[in-house]
Formats: sequence, C-alpha cells, structure tokens
Amino acid sequence: MDTKRYELNVQLAQMLKGGVIMDVTNVEQAKIAEDAGAVAVMALERVPSDIRTQGGVARMSDPTMIAEIKRAVSVPVMAKARIGHFVEAQVLEAMNIDYIDESEVLTPADEECHIDKTKFSIPFVCGARNLGEALRRIAEGAAMIRTKGEAGTGNVVEAVRHMRTMNREIRQLLSMPLEEVTGYAKVNGIPYEQALKVRKLGRLPVVNFAAGGLATPADAALMMQLGCDGVFVGSGIFKSSDPARRARAIVKATAYFRDPLKILEASMDLGEAMPGLEISAIPENQLLAGRGW
Amino acid sequence: MIGVLDLQGDVVEHLDHLERLGVVARRVKDPSHLHNLKGLIIPGGESTCLSRLLRIFEIDTAIMEACKRGVKIWGTCAGAILLATQIVGEKAYLGLIDMEIERNSFGSQLDSFAAVASIPKVSSEPVPLTFIRAPKIRSVGPGVEILLRMDDYIAAAETEGILATVFHPELTNNFAFHRYFSRKCGLLAGESPLLADPTWKPTSWTRLARISTG
Repeated sequence: MDTKRYELNVQLAQMLKGGVIMDVTNVEQAKIAEDAGAVAVMALERVPSDIRTQGGVARMSDPTMIAEIKRAVSVPVMAKARIGHFVEAQVLEAMNIDYIDESEVLTPADEECHIDKTKFSIPFVCGARNLGEALRRIAEGAAMIRTKGEAGTGNVVEAVRHMRTMNREIRQLLSMPLEEVTGYAKVNGIPYEQALKVRKLGRLPVVNFAAGGLATPADAALMMQLGCDGVFVGSGIFKSSDPARRARAIVKATAYFRDPLKILEASMDLGEAMPGLEISAIPENQLLAGRGW
Repeated sequence: MIGVLDLQGDVVEHLDHLERLGVVARRVKDPSHLHNLKGLIIPGGESTCLSRLLRIFEIDTAIMEACKRGVKIWGTCAGAILLATQIVGEKAYLGLIDMEIERNSFGSQLDSFAAVASIPKVSSEPVPLTFIRAPKIRSVGPGVEILLRMDDYIAAAETEGILATVFHPELTNNFAFHRYFSRKCGLLAGESPLLADPTWKPTSWTRLARISTG
C-alpha cells in the first residue's frame, strides 16, 4: 500500500466518526441498519453471540452473502477475516468490499502473526485491548482501531476496560520525559516510532471506535464520552426485541453523546435489550478478547 | 461566523481548516446554533445517517429557513447529497440546489482517489482534490454554475446561496475552497490568507480530538 492509498483509507474511517457500524447477517437486516442511519455495516454469517453459543470454528463469511449485502446498500460494507488469515483478506479485497476487520471474533488462523496489512490496498480495522496492541496493529498497516471488548456478551465492561487502558497509557506517554519513553515502549510492546507519534498527537493517529458488548444507547454514549470516535454494535441490535427502533436509538445517542436528555429520549420504549452475559461466567478459553498478539 | 454541522462525519477537519484561515467557527448540533451564522458547512459522512438525524431534531427545517434568510451553505460529499434537489434512486432531503446527484458513484473504497484540477473561479493555483466513496453530480438545472467538470460528471457547482463539492477540500493542505466559501459568506473580504499551511498534516484533525487529560 503506498502512502497516498493509506491516507485515503484512514480518511474513509474519518468520515465514519460519530457514527454507528452495525453487524448484519442478511440483506433485510442490512437495509434496516442503513435506514436507521448506520454509517457502515459489517456483513457476517453469525453475530458474535451466536458464534459464542454454537461454538465450532468461525471463519470468513460466505462471499455470496457478503456480495448480496454489498449490492443492497450504499453505505460502506465491512467483512471479517480471521486473525493472520491473509488469504481470506485477499478474497475480501478481490470482492471490492470497503473495509476488512481482522477480527478476534473469528477463530484465529495464526497464533503468532497478524496479517501484513501493508501488502493490501484495502483498509483494515483491528481490535485492541491496550495502547501497545493498537500501535502494533497500526504499525502493521491498520487504518482504523477498535476496542476488542468482549463480543457477543451484551456486557460493555471489557470495552470500557480497553478504552480506559488506552487512555491511561496515552496520558502516561504524554506526561513522561523523553528518556523514559524507550523503556515504557519496551515494557508495553509499543513500537517506539509510534510512541513518539502518540506523544505528538495526544491520541491514536487513526480513528478509534468502541466495540464488543455494547447493547444500549447509554452504552454507546458512555464509550463516546470516554473518547471513542464512534461505535460498533454487533449482536446488540439484531438480538434485541425491536432491532429497527434500537438501531435508530443508538444512532441518536451516539450523535448526541454529551446530551443526557437526548440519551434519555433515545432510551425510552425500546423493548428488551439482548440478554447479557457476566464475563466471569465465561470459561477462560472461550473469551475472545485474548485472541491476537 | 461559520457553522459546521456536527452530527456525524468529518466535522473537526473543517473546523481545523477554518481556524487556520482565521475564520471563527462553531459546531452546529441544534437549530439554536444556527443563530447569527453567515455560513454553514455540511461535512462529509454518511448521508442517510445525517439525513435521519437532521429530521429527528428538526434541524432540516431550520437549515432551510436559514438559507432563505441568506445564510450560505456548503456541502462536501455527503453534504452535497443532502443539498441536491434530486438523488438517483431515492428522495431528496434539503433540496436547496437544483442538481441531480448519484450516491457512492465510483464503487468501493478501492475506487477512492486523489486528483488535482484547475478551478479558476476558486483559485489561481491548481487545487488538490480527495474523493472518498464520492457521489457524482449528474446534471444541474438552469441558474446553477458548474465550477468543475471531470470526465462524465460534475464535481463542484454553486448558486448564489449554495456551494456543493463531491470531494473533500478539508482533507487536503489547501484552503482555496474554505477561503472561497468564507468570501461567499462575506468574511475574509480583501484579505489574502495562506492557501496552504506548512504545518498542516493529514493527522491535523486529531488536534481537535485529543484524549482528555483533565
């Protein structure tokens, strides 16, 4: 990827700022999401909560399904490739989708390497739990970052943890003298050049969205107030009792995240949210956020 | 003062450009924020998302009224879609400039591109242009002036009150369009501010979106 292409890819993510990206599994859901005001859709066969209950190996979705969704909507379409599965990414690039999510929600294909995203023209978004992970992905060519959260749980606690961790680490980097940066970068697995860039900018150099466990308008506004640039909602919309209404409400709360009255308005009469899962009730080996290195 | 519609999209990029030009700018999130503005920028983003939010909070009618009062409006990319009187395959939103526009007309993100063009009315120097999943203006009605025609489409057009560009001047180190629009709003008259800023970088937007340290 040349510099100009990378710049254009980061800039597409900039256009998504303040918006909601929604998981959809078919054309009908994609249209509901678009109509509700989603800024992009993530096309996948099973939302994370189903992947969680059904188990088995989760792979890239059927390209036929992704192509149908791509034809049905005019908003950008994203799709997931397994961590390290650069051929799934090649296939998605050949399909001309708009963004690839190298995602821990799918079963990793490589337990050591992520995809070398600099080899692609298509943009990638990657998950991160902390600053080091975010900056390693950026160094590998990611044009957008999202928190990992714990997908498919309807529990926002992990997304909050990941965002707070990134913010704390950015503040630490900003406040330390230069001579401490080398050691800090080493301990936290941060590429040194990237650490310097963050010190200069006071934030990640690319757009950072919240993802993993968001289920309500208040969850979305919470993540925005913590400093996220926008939000992903996966299972939270189409596993709720009234997806269209909830989708519109989350769009509204994300745009007006500092306005409690509007968040209140958005939170009324939404019906049931998706059922939630306590993180401690999930066996350690079934946690998704730990995938990725 | 110029307002930037702050519902979704690349708001801070426009704010950064206006600030570098020395134009006072304000975020517009509510109809009351339109008060006392000379101009309003509707930024890039997703037009369906923007249109839905505009309607829910009745900012759309407030913008149409502001336009009647003489507030100038500039739409970039999604903003241009919202301003058009006709959109291919869907119904129009604000309908403030007589033109037909087609959403996401180039294809996918892989078809996003940068170009350079000469637009004599806006700048004596060539202007860098950034197209991100851009729309195409297919045709314009009588009374609409074409500022830039490219291949099979129109990329920029204006009337006395409205400016529409399918590309994103706020993503480049060139302030010609922000200067042009400010002058259209009656601001920056007679002054000749910088056309580019050597300190501008593609990451300059982050200046207005830093992690809070307080």
